Amino acid sequence: MDTLKEMAGWIPALLQSTGITLSLTIVSVICGLIISLFLALGKISKSKILQKLCGAYIFFFRGTPLLMQIFFIYYALPLIYSGFTIKSRFIAAWIAFSLNSGAYLAEIIRAAIQSIDKGQMEASKALGMGYGQAMRLIIIPQSIRRLIPPVGNEFIMVIKDTSLVSSIALIDLMKRTSQIMSSSASALVYIPAMCIYLAITAAFTYVFNSLEKKFSVYE
Amino acid sequence: MSMIKAENVCKNFGDLEVLKDVNLTVEPGEVVCIIGPSGAGKSTFLRSLNHLEKITGGKITIEEKPLDDRINGVNQIKLSSKERTDILLKMGMVFQRFNLFPHKTVLENVMIAPVHVKKIDTDKAKKIAVDLIKRVGLADKQDVYPSKLSGGQQQRVAIARALAMQPEIMLFDEPTSALDPELVGEVLNVMKQLAEEGMTMIVVTHEMGFAREVADRVVFMYDGRVAEIGTPAEIFTNPKNERTRQFLQSVL
Ligand SMILES: Nc1ncnc2c1ncn2[C@@H]1O[C@H](COP(=O)(O)OP(=O)(O)OP(=O)(O)O)[C@@H](O)[C@H]1O
Ligand SMILES: [Mg+2]
Repeated sequence: MDTLKEMAGWIPALLQSTGITLSLTIVSVICGLIISLFLALGKISKSKILQKLCGAYIFFFRGTPLLMQIFFIYYALPLIYSGFTIKSRFIAAWIAFSLNSGAYLAEIIRAAIQSIDKGQMEASKALGMGYGQAMRLIIIPQSIRRLIPPVGNEFIMVIKDTSLVSSIALIDLMKRTSQIMSSSASALVYIPAMCIYLAITAAFTYVFNSLEKKFSVYE
Repeated sequence: MSMIKAENVCKNFGDLEVLKDVNLTVEPGEVVCIIGPSGAGKSTFLRSLNHLEKITGGKITIEEKPLDDRINGVNQIKLSSKERTDILLKMGMVFQRFNLFPHKTVLENVMIAPVHVKKIDTDKAKKIAVDLIKRVGLADKQDVYPSKLSGGQQQRVAIARALAMQPEIMLFDEPTSALDPELVGEVLNVMKQLAEEGMTMIVVTHEMGFAREVADRVVFMYDGRVAEIGTPAEIFTNPKNERTRQFLQSVL
């Protein structure tokens, strides 16, 4: 009984730090989506230079550890040029996560766009639409439904990855858990902390499942 | 004045020569059916007319307006993209596999190009669309998604969608080949009606009955060339070319 009480006592502090975890995840994946749309369009464009540039970006962010990218942006960039100093740890983490998830999502978006039947682009062209118009009105809207499950997945990955920000001393759920753990000397704090992570994951799963249903009306 | 003039049109895919000096002139109101064995280049020729394929050589003129005059794939005719679109919009196209936009309702499918390409205001575009949908006999289906329609109904929507841009020429690439036999008639009837109203049409088809009944001229393509061209009577009852004779024997 006492242990239960003790655990309940930690929850307010844990929930407070959950705000950082959750907001960092949401803003990062949203920015990542925008970045990735441009990367995907670049990768399927006819321009060799764009293809190479976008390919190099994706290669870099998928080929180096995320933790190192966070450190690089927070510690190394200011050394290269002092104008790149980022005072807010949150913003530094946000940039790192956005750039990183942009690279992962780009491949997902590219695959979704390319999975749309070639006939759709041909029909659009035969009706006088330009490439951009056809992409915007016909191709991208159709790929959205196929994107929902992998984007939901990306959210869940990023929630867990945000625990890395404790390494630049941002007080997220992970960091707060460790703090409680050392101050109370009780490893039981992991139980409520894990429950919070699971609750967030469950909420995202629910939202994305509903979105997928909503976008399936025409099938 | 000719509606379409194709002169010495050549098309290569890499080393493969798919069109070899194809010539065809289509007059206003004429219905031309293109027949021929698989791989003869019928689709490629039709797609070349509206720039879904870029030809390697030859000239294409639409309503006296030069669209292509290509040497080694390079167009000698310089048009702004607006000028080119204006010429291309004189042609509507209907595909074998319909290619309706699955995320749009029937009405939206028919309206989307007039609204976004021609920039017609929505009310007027809707009126045109509703009329066309009625004309192809689908008035009760205008708010459903294509996936809820039979193949024949989808193809009729595709015809309405192309007509909504008010083209002067309609190109059909085997419009009934993907349909169950019992659905072929409803689509051919819409096309027949269109022909009677004076639409200029080029129809790639395996429906010899349709070609015989509706076409003004029949083109037999073989191995990337126009092997024979004539009235349906000439082609079907008295073919001159040995290949035509063999082909007709195999399909009739
Ligand atoms: N994109 C392409 N790349 C390479 N070869 C192609 C391409 N499109 C068509 N071909 C080839 O060009 C030739 C002519 O094809 P086309 O589709 O024009 O024939 P078709 O007369 O329409 O035949 P079918 O009756 O089967 O539709 C074929 O040998 C085909 O394999
Ligand atoms: Mg074909």
